[in-house]
Amino acid sequence: MSVAQATSPLSIKRPSSLTRRVSWTRAREQIIRAVLFLCGALSLLTTAGIIIVLFTEAIYSFGGTAFFQSVSITDFLFDTVWAPQHPDHPRFGILPLLCGTFVIAGLGGLIGLPIGLASAIYLSEYAKPKMRRIVKPVLEILAGIPTVVYGYFALVFVTPYVLRPIFQTWLGFNVDIFNALSAGIVVGVMIIPTVCSLSEDALRAVPRGLREAGYALGSTKFDVSLKVVVPAALSGILASFLLAMARAIGETMAVTIAAGQQPRLTLNPFRGMETMTAYIVNISLGDTEAGSMEYKSLYAVALSLFVITLLMNVLAQWVLKRFREVYE
Amino acid sequence: MTLMQSFSELMHQRQQRETVNRSRPVETEVTKLDVRNLNFFYGDKQALFDVSMRVAERSVTAFIGPSGCGKSTFLRTLNRMNDIIEGTGHNGRVLLEGQDIYARDVDVVALRKRVGMVFQKSTPFPKSIFENVAYGPRVAGQNQYKALVEIVEQSLKRAALWDEVKDRMNDSALALSGGQQQRLCIARALATNPDVLLMDEPASALDPASTARIEDLIFELKQNYTIVIVTHNMQQAARISDRTAFFFQGYLIEVDATQKLFTTPTKKQTEDYITGRFG
Repeated sequence: MSVAQATSPLSIKRPSSLTRRVSWTRAREQIIRAVLFLCGALSLLTTAGIIIVLFTEAIYSFGGTAFFQSVSITDFLFDTVWAPQHPDHPRFGILPLLCGTFVIAGLGGLIGLPIGLASAIYLSEYAKPKMRRIVKPVLEILAGIPTVVYGYFALVFVTPYVLRPIFQTWLGFNVDIFNALSAGIVVGVMIIPTVCSLSEDALRAVPRGLREAGYALGSTKFDVSLKVVVPAALSGILASFLLAMARAIGETMAVTIAAGQQPRLTLNPFRGMETMTAYIVNISLGDTEAGSMEYKSLYAVALSLFVITLLMNVLAQWVLKRFREVYE
Repeated sequence: MTLMQSFSELMHQRQQRETVNRSRPVETEVTKLDVRNLNFFYGDKQALFDVSMRVAERSVTAFIGPSGCGKSTFLRTLNRMNDIIEGTGHNGRVLLEGQDIYARDVDVVALRKRVGMVFQKSTPFPKSIFENVAYGPRVAGQNQYKALVEIVEQSLKRAALWDEVKDRMNDSALALSGGQQQRLCIARALATNPDVLLMDEPASALDPASTARIEDLIFELKQNYTIVIVTHNMQQAARISDRTAFFFQGYLIEVDATQKLFTTPTKKQTEDYITGRFG
């Protein structure tokens, strides 16, 4: 036995054998491991369950008839009328819903992406630490407002007090009470925190040496921000854009309230439109008979939405990898 | 061979080289930078104490001293690079050709175009080789492509990098080797047409061959530029500089002709440092 161990009052008991034994310590490790595995598995199983349900209801169902077993995929993708509730001739062309979704998400992106990026640049490059301490929590509050509040806000404030006075009274357009523009505006505001916080992380990860090199070459702060820092953080910024757009496309409550529920194939932002998500709300809440075509169309739309947001996410991951600059 | 003797040896080698290179007699030296009683602070902590020195035009001045002695801080006061660090302050004057660079009416962006800087870690922008060098002229408002091509070529030639990269100007600068990246950064600094070039340990992260190339380059550049270089490598200071300044704990202990400082230093601390007794 070593002298140190014999004399040190702090020495702990040394295990006398290395052979495994059944013990409480070992059992506890096993239990913890199992619980953690279950938690991980749960989210995987949920995802798998959703995909299976979407698949069996929309694409192929053994025994029963899935949506695409009654409606051809060409009709679904290219017919320009979405009228699933028509008593005699229901039509299932998803284009009007796609149009509504992309017009509103596009308007949201036009508003939210530049503002989000600009505020990220402000926070990362210009703001003093004190300012950042105030602005960041405010942005997080913005992210925490329930989307139904945004929708309500669009309907009772944005449309009557902002859009109608400007575009209807002043410029002479006809602005529906439910319209895509008000929905786009609030969706834009909604995605600002996502863009801002993710882009800011990307901007702040740019090494200080690059900024100093920029300044040393006689750049103004604006030059450094726009020509050095933003290009260096491009992958993170693009990924934040894609994630924000995925969020805008998936946004439901606000657009249902603000843009209404009339499927309409138009690019006029002053008209009401129905998005894919709004249609799902509409059918889920209504008294639609389970098993009817109308009911099944829900799954076809949900599947389309799922594929679109999945593609956006995959694209975001790819962009992150592809445009990442590696710094030591 | 003692350290002192080895320095003498180095100086001798240099003098042989200089007789070829140097056409201008020493007495025509013009003061480029004149620093008077400079104190510098990071918050409450004083980093430089009453530093005064002159830097002659078209010469190489080396700053040596142990880590944390203030040599880099001092270098960064010469193009006001410390301005971008929050909570720094100074008093005293730094004159560039007689004009106080810290005066209220000085445009710091213009100052940095005249006083270029190369950093310890090469910092190429994640852009092409061409765009890296063209960056400075571009932010200075030069947008004519033909002119940019000319500036880029000239700068790369001056930085002794042209032959290695002329066929791949559109490749990413990050694909270059460490030594090439550092010469690219020198080219990039030269492209803004500065007359003073500050170098903060430009070769400390490089292998000996790349270091030798950078040193040769500095030797070439001093015919047109005033160069101030921070180095932790005393042999390097002895090889390339005309004057050497020794900093210790925020004080400028001694500044003199390089040969004199390394062979017959007047201060005990300088002697202790260059003979390797500390640092």
